[in-house]
Amino acid sequence: MEIKGKAFVFGDDVNTDEIIPARYLNTSEPKELAKYCMEDARPGFGKRDDLKSNIIVAGENFGCGSSREHAPIAIKAAGISCVIAKSFARIFLRNSINIGLPIIELEEANKINEEDKLRINFDRGEIVNETTKEKFKFQSYPDFMKSIISEGGWINYAKKLIKEENHEKK
Amino acid sequence: MGMTITEKILSEKTGHKVRVGEYILIEVDIALANDITAPLAIDEFYKTGIKKVYNPEQIVLVPDHFVPNKDILSAMQVKKIRKFAKEQNIEKFFELGRMGIEHVLLPEQGIVKSRDIVVGADSHTCTYGALGAFSTGVGSTDIAGVYMMGKAWFKVPEVIDVYIKGNFRKYVSGKDFILKLISILGVSGANYKVLEFRGPGIENISMDSRFTISNMAIEAGGKAGIFPVDDLTIEYERERGIKVEKLTADEDASYMRRIEFDLNELEPQVAFPFLPSNSKGISETEKEKIKIDQIVIGSCTNGRMEDLRAAAMILKGKKISRNVRCIIIPGSQQVYKNAIREGLFDIFVNAECAVSTPTCGPCLGGHMGVLAEGEVALSTTNRNFVGRMGHVKSKVYLSSPVVAAASAIKGYIANPENL
Ligand code: SF4
Repeated sequence: MEIKGKAFVFGDDVNTDEIIPARYLNTSEPKELAKYCMEDARPGFGKRDDLKSNIIVAGENFGCGSSREHAPIAIKAAGISCVIAKSFARIFLRNSINIGLPIIELEEANKINEEDKLRINFDRGEIVNETTKEKFKFQSYPDFMKSIISEGGWINYAKKLIKEENHEKK
Repeated sequence: MGMTITEKILSEKTGHKVRVGEYILIEVDIALANDITAPLAIDEFYKTGIKKVYNPEQIVLVPDHFVPNKDILSAMQVKKIRKFAKEQNIEKFFELGRMGIEHVLLPEQGIVKSRDIVVGADSHTCTYGALGAFSTGVGSTDIAGVYMMGKAWFKVPEVIDVYIKGNFRKYVSGKDFILKLISILGVSGANYKVLEFRGPGIENISMDSRFTISNMAIEAGGKAGIFPVDDLTIEYERERGIKVEKLTADEDASYMRRIEFDLNELEPQVAFPFLPSNSKGISETEKEKIKIDQIVIGSCTNGRMEDLRAAAMILKGKKISRNVRCIIIPGSQQVYKNAIREGLFDIFVNAECAVSTPTCGPCLGGHMGVLAEGEVALSTTNRNFVGRMGHVKSKVYLSSPVVAAASAIKGYIANPENL
């Protein structure tokens, strides 16, 4: 799997309240949530028209705070194709994978600048910064994790696994 | 190279030697959900079109947060769970009258045990690390996944070595230790990581104190807080008809950080609003004469027998201050029964405390003791975030049961030494 896009850069400790403020949580409709994605970190972000297939880059502890699954849902529904951060809060990481939002932990995330053009190869675990010509390595996901993301989330993936198992039994 | 307890448990389940950072998919022993999180998982599960859960034996459902149902919405939630349990032949559904707060109930009933892999749609699922289980909080989607296929995925975590020596002084217990540790680590100091407890001091920490300690690992961001399986655990499990073997980390296991701790140096701790990491020692705290309106003794952190006995020892023959209300909540029906048998209820009621049936209740500002604007509580629970127990302008301090009981008598946060 390969993703190309430009970077939107955020800082450390971006919490789930900034990603999707509680005042917008009266719905769990992804399209509605998308409009307010990153609202309290960068007002108006969710309503930009250049989010599609682009990439969020952040510092330490991205997605800290509550365990709300709405946060990765809002990012994914806004069209963001991947989040790169130095580190993620644990439950945010789980929830992202579970809903099929690719995320990458990258020690050198701070070397990426706003609007840099990135090319991410998930199979090789490699990010090429086409703007600065730098290359970064990340631990690529094992096959089943890649499958979870490409199936669009944990539930879909689990369904597929079950189907395969049943098939084998027959 | 040697392995941590975490690596040992996960390697045993996957059948190969796991390495830190690796993602694994494994069958879990127990998947827990409560009256807040189970309904979401049940909806997700039914949306898939699958009719039968993978294995009803894995599933535990404990309505405990708003039970006895506090309003119509919470009654509807429990109704949904009850129906699901019936349809899917889930025996481990704990109805009011047979229940307890999930994290008190599961170990007590022998439902979780050493070396188990446990996931729970509740952040305090880390409690069972006290038994030497690998046990962690997840989202509702993860639980729906277990309903479908019996499995959950994990990233093999790094481990922080918490090396403990010494013994608790009088009036000091597991709660004081974990509050102090969280103040050292900070609220995200153990993010992704597992705390593994080790060292000669471990044998001086009772089972109930171990539950308290593991319970609050999440308050430092931890994925789990795991104790070795020693003679004390083996005895605890034996009483429940479960046979387990010792489990410790290898001498040459590798850790990402080491923290050394001498229990002898520890005094009772109080966590100030609005973070569990804001703790101060009781001698300093007492000088501030912080007035309180309400005391809560209970929860998945401190609602076990040791906790109630400690409170009773302080309250025996006394009356609480005219200016405070004190609510005592045994963590399960079993604890409730034992407390009656040991005469603790007499002590509490004579001291003019209110005693409740097991429930989470006030711990999350749900019911049974919600705070009004401007009120201050001292609670043996685990979180003191803004508005946690009620009004956004209320405040919560956290402490052990002895400090809570001493403070109930004095009307301000007090040192049990000076009663
Ligand atoms: S007692 Fe409090 S912390 Fe424990 S499970 Fe209930 S609400 Fe959560």
